Amino acid sequence: MTVEMKLAVTANDVRSFSETNSEPAWFTTLRESAFAQAAELAMPKPDKTNITKWDFTTFPSWTVESDQVNALNELPAEVATLVDGESQHNVYVQRNNTPAFHKVSQELTDKGVIFTDIFTAMREHSDLVQKYFMTEAVKVDEHKLTALHAALVNGGVFVYVPRNVVIEEPLQAVFLHDNAEASLFNHVIVVAEESAAVTYVETYVSTVEEAKGQANIVAEVLVGDNAQVTFGAVDVLAKGFTTYVNRRARVGRDGKMDWALGLMSDSNTVSENITHLVGDNGSADSKTVVVGRGEQKQNFTTEIRHWGKDTAGHILKHGVMKDAAQSIFNGIGMIEKGATRSDAQQESRVLMLSEKARGDANPILLIDEDDVTAGHAASVGRVDESQLYYLMSRGISKQEAERLIIHGFLAPVVTQLPIEGVKKQLTEVIERKVR
Amino acid sequence: MSTLVIKDLHVAIDGKEILKGVNLTINTNEVHAIMGPNGTGKSTLASAIMGHPKYEVTSGSIELDGEDVLEMEVDERAKAGLFLAMQYPSEINGVTNADFLRSAINARREEGDEISLMKFIRELDKTMAFLEMDEDMAQRYLNEGFSGGEKKRNEILQLMMIKPKIAVLDEIDSGLDIDALKVVSKGINEMRGEGFGCLMITHYQRLLNYITPDKVHVMMQGKVVKSGGAELAQRLEAEGYDWIKQELGIEEEAEQDV
Ligand SMILES: Nc1ncnc2c1ncn2[C@@H]1O[C@H](COP(=O)(O)OP(=O)(O)O)[C@@H](O)[C@H]1O
Ligand SMILES: [Mg+2]
Repeated sequence: MTVEMKLAVTANDVRSFSETNSEPAWFTTLRESAFAQAAELAMPKPDKTNITKWDFTTFPSWTVESDQVNALNELPAEVATLVDGESQHNVYVQRNNTPAFHKVSQELTDKGVIFTDIFTAMREHSDLVQKYFMTEAVKVDEHKLTALHAALVNGGVFVYVPRNVVIEEPLQAVFLHDNAEASLFNHVIVVAEESAAVTYVETYVSTVEEAKGQANIVAEVLVGDNAQVTFGAVDVLAKGFTTYVNRRARVGRDGKMDWALGLMSDSNTVSENITHLVGDNGSADSKTVVVGRGEQKQNFTTEIRHWGKDTAGHILKHGVMKDAAQSIFNGIGMIEKGATRSDAQQESRVLMLSEKARGDANPILLIDEDDVTAGHAASVGRVDESQLYYLMSRGISKQEAERLIIHGFLAPVVTQLPIEGVKKQLTEVIERKVR
Repeated sequence: MSTLVIKDLHVAIDGKEILKGVNLTINTNEVHAIMGPNGTGKSTLASAIMGHPKYEVTSGSIELDGEDVLEMEVDERAKAGLFLAMQYPSEINGVTNADFLRSAINARREEGDEISLMKFIRELDKTMAFLEMDEDMAQRYLNEGFSGGEKKRNEILQLMMIKPKIAVLDEIDSGLDIDALKVVSKGINEMRGEGFGCLMITHYQRLLNYITPDKVHVMMQGKVVKSGGAELAQRLEAEGYDWIKQELGIEEEAEQDV
């Protein structure tokens, strides 16, 4: 079953890269061990999509050098417009594998907040990163792709919000992909300690037409007791990547986790978004919107797993499929024994814009406890005729009516993104993709 | 002046003939009322005028100022000046009332000549205040989660913003409490005048206490069987439909709820 790995990187390369990069010893060891495991471990098996023929391991070079900039306006317009100018005080821009621009307010620094690239964080806060790096949310040895990721991390962000610190303004990360040779093994960690609150928004944007590398991305979110994290993401990666993106959270007692994911990449994609509600009374709200086009094949798994009592999990997934795109939407609500009075709800809707497109909504409820509430709604269909008629009866053309209905269908994530520039960009990407 | 002329209109749904030869002429500056028992084809007439794809016109004609309405797409009919306040308006998630209305207004204008946002908001605020609607209705999703009464009010809001030449209002009064009915009537009366003609479909004479029609038509079994002035509605209210059935020798049939 396991595909032979033909990597452009050897164990020696991994060690010497780690040393050159002045990484702490624990991380060099972690990389080496992960690299060895990657060769042995099996591929993940996303439900209902056969990925055995997908190439997750070939890439031209592990890292590429890119220019840094002194100001945002030196970056391509696609990036500059994402940032709400001067009012956005906390921004990290990574260009391919290079931290290209970074600013963080004195106020946050004074409060003990850490918001920096993952390697700086490892050098300056080694213990803290070690505590959270693939220990609580995602594990190195889950499968070949997590191990490969750990071995080859070449970028990412570390966010740490101390106890009782509430950050009003969103932290923004932009991952610019403007070199076709580049591969993205980004690792993001967001930690909100007890009663802390933070909103983090990341955007992946390709400005090259076609990628030659790999995107193997992991984000881990640790939501402490009574803490709140809102995680927004817009992915607009080019075709050519084989994208594996794993965004996972672990939520403590009374904690709250909100996901707003606009998954607009043109690559073949396996995306998983899992939230573990570990403490009592925690809640998670996971919203995902997707547009698939061309020959793209994608698998989106959203799962909320209830361990604590009185936990609430809501999943919303809306996908638009056009051309010959194929997507599977797995939505999983899982209530473990003992998670009494928990509530697992989900809604999956797929809108088909062409004959050849395929979209399957696959809602799953796995319940091991009696005293719970759960429900799901799923639908796959075309644009509603009576809605079209209604809009057209007001003079709106059929084309414009369809456009309004589609944007409305994808609005649940758009409206949730707290940064105007990112919201606008997602709207434009949707516009471009569904046209 | 504009005129909508409906001649010998036959309409079928799924192969079943519902309208069996309707004749009607509506001019601007006139308010017509169509009354009739449930299931007699009133909504079918409204849908055929607006061009609902499910309703097949098998013969007859509809013309607006000499233009063949039946040749037009739904949006073209609207742009020609027709409007239908629907009995059951659709709910559209994610599209705000305001965005929808602006699209509808701009659809009537040339590219480059779109209504300015300021002007639009001013008109919207004014009209919503006139209809005693909550300000937040503008930013709510189109009809989503609206109560029956809110939906009807929203239809009238659209009517007033779009300003059609000829409007068909299908049971705009059903499900309204007396206060809402007054507000809706106020909106329709405000529209009345030189450039506006209206065909109100209703079940109840009550609406006509607030909007005095110029003409009243009775529809039964897919035809307009009787026409008269406002006094006809009063007689229907007092005596029901039986006398017409007797007068015309119409067989008794069970009322259908639609
Ligand atoms: N979509 C439909 N499909 C099949 N029959 C319909 C449909 N809509 C209406 N009808 C039938 O057409 C007849 C007239 O309905 P309608 O025009 O809605 O009546 P009214 O508005 O006067 O109550 C009824 O017998 C009804 O059952
Ligand atoms: Mg009706």
